[in-house]
Amino acid sequence: MRRVTGLISLLVLVAFLVLGVVLIHPFGYPDVSDMDDYIIENAQEETGSNNVVTSVVFDYRGFDTLGEATILFTAVTGVLLLLRTLKHKEESA
Amino acid sequence: MLSKIVRTVTNEFMLFIAVFGLYVIAHGHLTPGGGFQGGAVIVSGVVMLLVAFNYQEVRKVLRERALTIMESTGALIFISLAFAGIGAVFFYNFLVGTPIFGRIPPTGPNPGDIWTGGVIPLMNLAVGIKVAAGLSAVVLAMALFSGGGEVEE
Repeated sequence: MRRVTGLISLLVLVAFLVLGVVLIHPFGYPDVSDMDDYIIENAQEETGSNNVVTSVVFDYRGFDTLGEATILFTAVTGVLLLLRTLKHKEESA
Repeated sequence: MLSKIVRTVTNEFMLFIAVFGLYVIAHGHLTPGGGFQGGAVIVSGVVMLLVAFNYQEVRKVLRERALTIMESTGALIFISLAFAGIGAVFFYNFLVGTPIFGRIPPTGPNPGDIWTGGVIPLMNLAVGIKVAAGLSAVVLAMALFSGGGEVEE
């Protein structure tokens, strides 16, 4: 029974993966490229940054970077909280 | 603590790694890279210090408490720069056109000018401080947890 279930799930997974490879969107041909073209043409003039990627990260999509920084802050806080508490317990025990 | 050769090489290389990290952060608006990447480069130097020396030695120069304060400072600078442009919109680049980082480069390929980018170089610096301090604190905490990193020769 378990073997049959495993086989069926494997087949389903393989089918999905093959379908994904066959139906993948062609690389470098976006459906809607208005925003890309606007940023490529105007980023240097509007933000004064030669590095267009950085101008997107810190200017056009700054709010996204804020979330990224928040994730890092939370991760650091969590690690410090957990590991230091465990160490103190270990020392006192 | 590893052998004297490793420690000496680490001492010499730490300077170059720090300078390269600062370069990646400071030129984030001109060349590939930026705050996150440059901060990670600096943290790689701290990891090298931790491997070559033990935790007790590194602890004399780098304290977790100071690092967490630095991280919070970087985050605060980042958010205040974002809020400073709130007159127009959140994350508005209000420094373009002003004497501070306000020059505008010509469109297309150009040699690059460090005084361009508006708030982007400042945000890169803030994020660089934040990432370098935060990840160093994580690495130090892990070294503390794993028993002070006492590696026998």
